Amino acid sequence: MPIKHPNLKLSRLTDALPAWTGDIAPDDLHEICRQVHDGGGRLVALWGSDARLQFGGFKLHVVLVNETGMVCLNVQLSAEQPVYPDISQIFPAANRMQRATYDLLGIYAQEGHDHRKWLRHGAWHSGSFPLRKDFDAAASRTEEPDDYAFVRVEGQGVHEIPVGPVHAGIIEPGHFRFSIIGERVLRLEERLGYVHKGIEKRFESMSLQQGAKLAGRVSGDSTVAYAWAYAMAAESIGGVTPASRALWLRALLLERERVANHLGDLGYLGNDVALSFGLSQFWILKEQVLRNNATVFGHRYLMDKIVPGGVTVNLDIEGKRIIEQECDMLEQQVRLLRGIYDEHAGMQDRFIGTGRVEPKLAAQLGLCGLAGRASAQAWDARVQFACSPYDKLNVQMATYRNGDVAARVIVRFDELFESLRLQSEILAKLVNEEDKPSLLEKLPGNGFGIGMVEGWRGEVLVAIHTDAGGNLARVHPHDPSWQNWPLLEHAVIDNIVPDFPLINKSFNLSYSGQDL
Amino acid sequence: MEYLNLILAILFQLAQLLLVVLLAPLLTGWVNQCQAWLQNRSGAGVLQPYRVLRKLFLKDAVIAHNASPLFRVTPYIVFGCMWLAAAIIPIIAVDLPFSQAADVIALVGVFAVARVFLALAAMDIGTAFGSLGARREMLVSFLAEPALLMVFFTASMISHSTQLPRIVDALAHHQFMLYPSLAFAALAFVIVLLAENARIPVDNPTTHLELTMIHEAMILEYSARHLALIEWASSLKLFAYISIGIALFLPQGIIEAGNWAGMPLAIALLLLKLLAAGAGLAVFEAISAKLRIFRAPEFLGTAFLLAVLGLLIHFLLGA
Repeated sequence: MPIKHPNLKLSRLTDALPAWTGDIAPDDLHEICRQVHDGGGRLVALWGSDARLQFGGFKLHVVLVNETGMVCLNVQLSAEQPVYPDISQIFPAANRMQRATYDLLGIYAQEGHDHRKWLRHGAWHSGSFPLRKDFDAAASRTEEPDDYAFVRVEGQGVHEIPVGPVHAGIIEPGHFRFSIIGERVLRLEERLGYVHKGIEKRFESMSLQQGAKLAGRVSGDSTVAYAWAYAMAAESIGGVTPASRALWLRALLLERERVANHLGDLGYLGNDVALSFGLSQFWILKEQVLRNNATVFGHRYLMDKIVPGGVTVNLDIEGKRIIEQECDMLEQQVRLLRGIYDEHAGMQDRFIGTGRVEPKLAAQLGLCGLAGRASAQAWDARVQFACSPYDKLNVQMATYRNGDVAARVIVRFDELFESLRLQSEILAKLVNEEDKPSLLEKLPGNGFGIGMVEGWRGEVLVAIHTDAGGNLARVHPHDPSWQNWPLLEHAVIDNIVPDFPLINKSFNLSYSGQDL
Repeated sequence: MEYLNLILAILFQLAQLLLVVLLAPLLTGWVNQCQAWLQNRSGAGVLQPYRVLRKLFLKDAVIAHNASPLFRVTPYIVFGCMWLAAAIIPIIAVDLPFSQAADVIALVGVFAVARVFLALAAMDIGTAFGSLGARREMLVSFLAEPALLMVFFTASMISHSTQLPRIVDALAHHQFMLYPSLAFAALAFVIVLLAENARIPVDNPTTHLELTMIHEAMILEYSARHLALIEWASSLKLFAYISIGIALFLPQGIIEAGNWAGMPLAIALLLLKLLAAGAGLAVFEAISAKLRIFRAPEFLGTAFLLAVLGLLIHFLLGA
């Protein structure tokens, strides 16, 4: 059991992961968080739910992990005064999650230093909260001017550059406020939430199967990770374990998603230092992977291939052959390109030392996923919490200490090769059992389950609460970008303005995934 | 006979004026096409710049409310400067009516006028990107300009004149000689050409990352016909620079005064040189990464150093 505290009774979830859940009073939250933090643990996700129908109040859910497992703390809050102690002093990553939770549900952190809105951009009134069950969408709609107090940097020669949310290229919208002196960045402040789509509200009116589709669309580049995490949470509630062939296929899909995204990013990183040779070469490879996805699995980005209870795809001899050939081809080509990247002096000059996140800062702020591993944060859900089939695969984690753009490039290359190896191993070990459809139709009532999957960007978490009738009462998809966006603000300090796009791309965080 | 020659020369000068302005986008298209091939893309074809210009001329211009007349006239001034510069460089024949104007120092001045207006216009509307671009442009150009002058001085030393036609005459039409000083000057000139035309490794003409832009950041607020003129001016500028390069370092084939019969060969040779220069530029850009902006001064410092070395060698060797 990962956490011991006199006021905490943990019960193990029937989950593919080592996960526990327990109820606590608001007063104990601080102490438990402190204890986990001091033990080297991290905050993974924080969200709230409206449980006024069940017990007349709200609930705050905090997911913490340490080396031994994952704990979801449920904090009961009264309906009249839904407050909980601020934990952003312990886990700085909680800041934006707490603010978003207030915008959506109206429960707030006491004594917090930052009460600015986060996801609400003047599309609904400040007093109405979309995730409350009695929310009236029509009455709450407004077109208030979106005023947001950025932190101002004062001093002689300091000036601001506002960038976005509309950019010169076709990318997702986000606003970046730079305070600069000459070309040197003194401070960067992000303002996100421009693609808030109300995904969490939408889940509430969906069936389990529709929810799987929506989960796969929270952040399109991580569709496999989200769909798997959603399915894992649902299976945890339903108490079912998918057929082992389905699990192997899921791992295959997840690794293919990782390979495609890493190839794309490596190309873009070349392009951002004006080496469009890199872009075209890597994107030829990525396109090949996507086309093979379409041929073998029927969808270029592998959407809707993982559903609660199993998978909707199979792999025949021909498909196996295509993937094996592709892996061999990629292994050879990427090795060649890596040599070119490594030996290109102009490129390395741009990469090395740019956008550095020291391991100490990364640990303090909870940097996770790929960017975390480039700053010596050795967390990989496939290693620490290896659920089937990863427990049979012996994944080699790629870590690096430098924490600069070059390190994030190296981790991408290393993970790419590891994913290719894993794919070959999966193909070799794929059990040829008869595929009996054991898809989940309906969940039991008042259930709770969590799924966590190491997507290409980092750990993707999906939590599902069901109501008494077994319908989706609350679904919270959590993207690793929540943790990593604030680190980008730190990574860019003291770098020069024109290096920001490169640093940003080396993190390549999701807007959609955090705007929800 | 005298009159006939003069009329021919004037006609030819006018033809060159027109041809240069019409054909400059073709050179840009050729460079882009070469780049596309080098990146395994099929490319949009060499005529794409014309399509872009047509599209832009057909659009309605959007101008910021707080733009002053300076902002509106700048595209015309820049276009005019570049046209003038590109048209007076002797690339086919040396003895033309306008050749008196083709003084290298005047050329540097014409480029400077265009740059000053562009930078002022960029700051005129008061957007963060405009000022950012203008500032960076000035950082690059104040280093590029002296290097360019040094290159010109090296060539002038050899021909004892700052007039381009006389420089070309001295290099191409007298006894053939190898000039080691010009080799250094040529290297310096290539660096200046890259910097002044917003090419990789100093700037990236194809980027959409507004924070990294230099030239593009200055013209972000322009649209429609204004943008078309500026794009066209950029093509003319590239053409002008490559023409200067040809005139100074590859003048063989440029015909002498009155030798109209040699014209077809001269034109064919010029086309060949332009094709080679465009392809060479594309290759260099394909293999280079963009420099961190504060490396640009070092890069341009190298150009200045090379140009000075050229001058020194001229004095030491007399060649």
